[in-house]
Amino acid sequence: MVAGAAAAGGRRRWWLNRTAMVVVWVVVSVGIWVGLHWYIRTVSMRKAEEALESMCEERARMLQDQFAVSVNHVHALAILVSTFHYRKQPSAIDQETFAYYTAKTAFERPLLNGVAYAQRVVHAERGKFESQQGWTIKTMKQEPSPVQDEYAPVIFSQKTVSYIEALDMMSGEEDRENILRARATGKAVLTNPFRLLGSNHLGVVLTFPVYRAGLPADATVAQRVEATAGYLGGAFDVESLVENLLRQLAGNQDIMVNVYDVTNTSEPLIMYGPQNPDGYMPLSHVSMLDFGDPFRKHQMMCRYSQKPPIPLSAITTPSGVFVICMLAGYILYAAWNRYDNVKEDCRKMEELKVQAEAADVAKSQFLATVSHEIRTPMNGVLGMLDMLLDTDLNLTQKDYAQTAQICGKALIALINEVLDRAKIEAGKLEIEAVPFELRSILDDVLSLFSSKSREKGIELAVFVSHKVPEIVTGDPGRFRQIITNLVGNSVKFTERGHIFVQVHLIENANKVMDAKVDTDLNGCLSDMMVPSDGTFNTLSGLEAADRRNSWENFKLLVSNEMPQSDKCKNGMPCGMNSGNVTLMVSVEDTGIGIPLQAQDRVFTPFMQADSSTSRNYGGTGIGLSISKCLVELMGGQINFISRPNVGSTFTFTAIFQRCKKSAGGDPKRTLSESLPTGFKGMKAFLVDARPVRSAVTKYHLQRLGITVEVASTIKMALNALSGQNGCLRSGKRPYILLIEKDSWTPGMDVYLHDQLLEWKQCGQIPEVPKVILLVTSESDKAKAGSFVDTVIMKPLRASTVAACLQHALGMGKQQRKEMPNGSAFLHSLLAGKNILVVDDNKVNLRVAAGALKKYGAKVECAESGKDALSLLQLPHNFDACFMDVQMPEMDGFEATRQIRLMESKANEEVKCGETYEGSERAEWHLPILAMTADVIQATYEECMKCGMDGYVSKPFEEQQLYQAVAKFLVSKPNSDL
Amino acid sequence: MAATALKEQLNGLVNSMFAEGLLDEQFQQLQMLQDGSNPGFVAEVVTLFCEDSERILTELTKLMDQALVDYSKVDAYVHQLKGSSSSVGAQNVKLACIQFRQFCEENNKEGCVRALNVVKHEYYRLRSKFETMLQLESRIQAYENKQQN
Repeated sequence: MVAGAAAAGGRRRWWLNRTAMVVVWVVVSVGIWVGLHWYIRTVSMRKAEEALESMCEERARMLQDQFAVSVNHVHALAILVSTFHYRKQPSAIDQETFAYYTAKTAFERPLLNGVAYAQRVVHAERGKFESQQGWTIKTMKQEPSPVQDEYAPVIFSQKTVSYIEALDMMSGEEDRENILRARATGKAVLTNPFRLLGSNHLGVVLTFPVYRAGLPADATVAQRVEATAGYLGGAFDVESLVENLLRQLAGNQDIMVNVYDVTNTSEPLIMYGPQNPDGYMPLSHVSMLDFGDPFRKHQMMCRYSQKPPIPLSAITTPSGVFVICMLAGYILYAAWNRYDNVKEDCRKMEELKVQAEAADVAKSQFLATVSHEIRTPMNGVLGMLDMLLDTDLNLTQKDYAQTAQICGKALIALINEVLDRAKIEAGKLEIEAVPFELRSILDDVLSLFSSKSREKGIELAVFVSHKVPEIVTGDPGRFRQIITNLVGNSVKFTERGHIFVQVHLIENANKVMDAKVDTDLNGCLSDMMVPSDGTFNTLSGLEAADRRNSWENFKLLVSNEMPQSDKCKNGMPCGMNSGNVTLMVSVEDTGIGIPLQAQDRVFTPFMQADSSTSRNYGGTGIGLSISKCLVELMGGQINFISRPNVGSTFTFTAIFQRCKKSAGGDPKRTLSESLPTGFKGMKAFLVDARPVRSAVTKYHLQRLGITVEVASTIKMALNALSGQNGCLRSGKRPYILLIEKDSWTPGMDVYLHDQLLEWKQCGQIPEVPKVILLVTSESDKAKAGSFVDTVIMKPLRASTVAACLQHALGMGKQQRKEMPNGSAFLHSLLAGKNILVVDDNKVNLRVAAGALKKYGAKVECAESGKDALSLLQLPHNFDACFMDVQMPEMDGFEATRQIRLMESKANEEVKCGETYEGSERAEWHLPILAMTADVIQATYEECMKCGMDGYVSKPFEEQQLYQAVAKFLVSKPNSDL
Repeated sequence: MAATALKEQLNGLVNSMFAEGLLDEQFQQLQMLQDGSNPGFVAEVVTLFCEDSERILTELTKLMDQALVDYSKVDAYVHQLKGSSSSVGAQNVKLACIQFRQFCEENNKEGCVRALNVVKHEYYRLRSKFETMLQLESRIQAYENKQQN
């Protein structure tokens, strides 16, 4: 709950966080928009300003230039006047000439309204001048001039300004000042702007002094004044001047221009433009104008008539960026959301997965428990049925009881399979590593199915390559389980033909396969051709699914290994020296095969080829999946080739360890039976038309130490026999003639018998060889007739062959004893052993002791863990200890722990050099076996944890006791057996 | 003759005990363990079992009579009884013990009392049979000894 609340809190905070992030992002985006907008506007403003500046400068220069041109021309006029009016005597210029000339040259002075020349007249000369001109000097106001020091009456004027003729220029304030400044500086001077007479435009008056000749260049002001002859003046119409100018330039409508006279900086006088400037004020540029009069300063101010428009990009670009930002933000947001969802989903999945796994484990545990629980009562049922069958029953009852027993056994088998499967799924199944004899396991499996195969009349055979070591280390139980499974399947689904189990080393098998491929490539299509007589070179003559297992291959395999077989038997390392042996086991049958559509789910649990299969053949289909699991646990692979109505071949590989002779004592003690050795050196003759079958028979006989020769028909055999007899064989050994049932034709038997008898009488052979017939089914047995010494029923196993031979040769009894059964073996293991039994329950104690005593052990009893401990004080001479788990005071686990503690102490002391007197063993380790009524996994693990070596169930079962004991006790070879 | 008759009687008794479910295959095992080397094995074990069981049953009765039942103790005793009965092959007693232990685990007093009664009942039934059996055996033994003499 708390965690949930915290998570919710975290989520809320997270959401807040996310909302905040969204807001921040939007704000940032808006900020970017504003910033970008401002930047672009600034840039565009600067550009406008620059444009304005350049335009303004351009206008100012033009104005200045045009002005200068006019001033220059006025200057030229001044010189004209000085030249022609004053140098010539009499004057070459009069009003008429002047007016004419100026009118003609007016185009040179487009800015000037007109020009006029005013002569300097001092008051002394006024009368003379007035009389000379014929008019009196007037002021600007057209009145006769009052008395002045001097006058500057206009004497020449252009027609346009003829109204100022005879006006005294000195009478106007502006003009007078101009005149005075002009004659003092000798340069053109300008007046303040004022409204011009006539046009009423704003304008300025330009005045130029005209000196009499002989004025030096560096004349003083006084000299200049003295030399002044007159003044040339012109009125500039600035307003029209600037308007003309602007009209000439493009874009004039965009720009507002003001021209100021700024001689008096505090009070600029406007020369052009509106009095109160309008238009876009913030942006303006001022250019200085130089009209050639150093005294006066003019400037031009330009500005845009309206605010320059905000460029479109200033809106679109930031908007675009804004949209992109928003999109990016949304993408991030969505991705984040998605990530969040996915994470949440993933977490949920994770939870579900945990649940599913827990459910799976629970299922496996349930299965294991339930199977176990079912097994216990089922054993009771089966036991009871067994007992019931031993009692006096009538036929019907017996039949019922047997059926019940068969069903019960099937149920137990199924439960065991389910338990196995559950164990595998729960990962609890562990593969043992004990030395075992592979061939005898295969023989055992074969004997399991022998009755069925005989019933059906199918050949069941096993062949183990000579290269496969006699004893390998692995898990015999599981190996047997796989083989049993596969062979069981084959037997179930095969009605005719054969089932053939082969074991080879994988290196060999691969080598042969490669060789085979080579020959095939060479164009030898032997495999693909159907033999002319319709039989195949297989065990039974029927076609097998996996053609690779045909005789050609088999021959190669067999011939390949022959040269080395002797070496192997001597226990010499042969082939690979490495510790691992990889075996390839194939189980070939000629059954109904697996339908193509079902082949891919053969290894799926509870899956049979189709539902009708289970109706016809029974079974659950769990076997193959278990086999697959087991094979994988053994480090191998399983696969199969199957052709419907031809058969199936299952092949699997498994990795075993080579059994090192030095380790683990004599591995033979794990064998249920060992083969009799009395046949070594015997010779046998085998008549068999089928090479594969003869190879199998040969294999079994060779295991018994019998050398075998093969002939395909009886006649050939006889020929060979007679031929050999000539070469004087050692005739001491009884000669055996084994005949396959196919070759045993009626009539042939008599012939053979006669022939053999004849030879014997002639002394050609010392005695008639024993004739043994090999048959596959009960019905064949009848064919044997009287000339056959004995009949061997297939499937062949070395031990059955041995038994038959013993019977036939009359050497049975003394050797039969060598095949002990389980209890005899237990006897041999336990005989003479000192065993301590610990149990608090007297009855149990007595029973266990009694059971062990029966097997020849010397038993001592202890009734509690403490007693046991005191008995086990080192040194002691117990060989094993059976310990009850549940005991008051000190239970079995605790007692074992203490014993192990004691032992390890003692062992350390031994290592340190102190040895107990009389202790011969290098290390103390007493095998302790737990006795427990409930054999479940947990108890087993507990047993192992506290140092026990194994457990047996209570009450003792012979087989289990044997298995448990066999691991720890070495049988005494010289026991009183 | 008498010995064979007695033996037949004994066999019949044992068979009937099997049939009634008083005994199971474990008893057969016991019989198999008895051979020339230890002739009185079955008798010994059975006697041991009876003594042991009677002791346990007395203890159990005492425990169950108490107001506050110590179930762990009860359980330990029942476990012992179950162990010895399964060793002997006293099937019904064993089954009754299993039942008893279940009630014990549930701390079900009523059930326990009932189960104890069942166990007792089964035990006494078995004991009477065992007694007959032992008598028969000892008589057979006596006959055989006599014959040998």
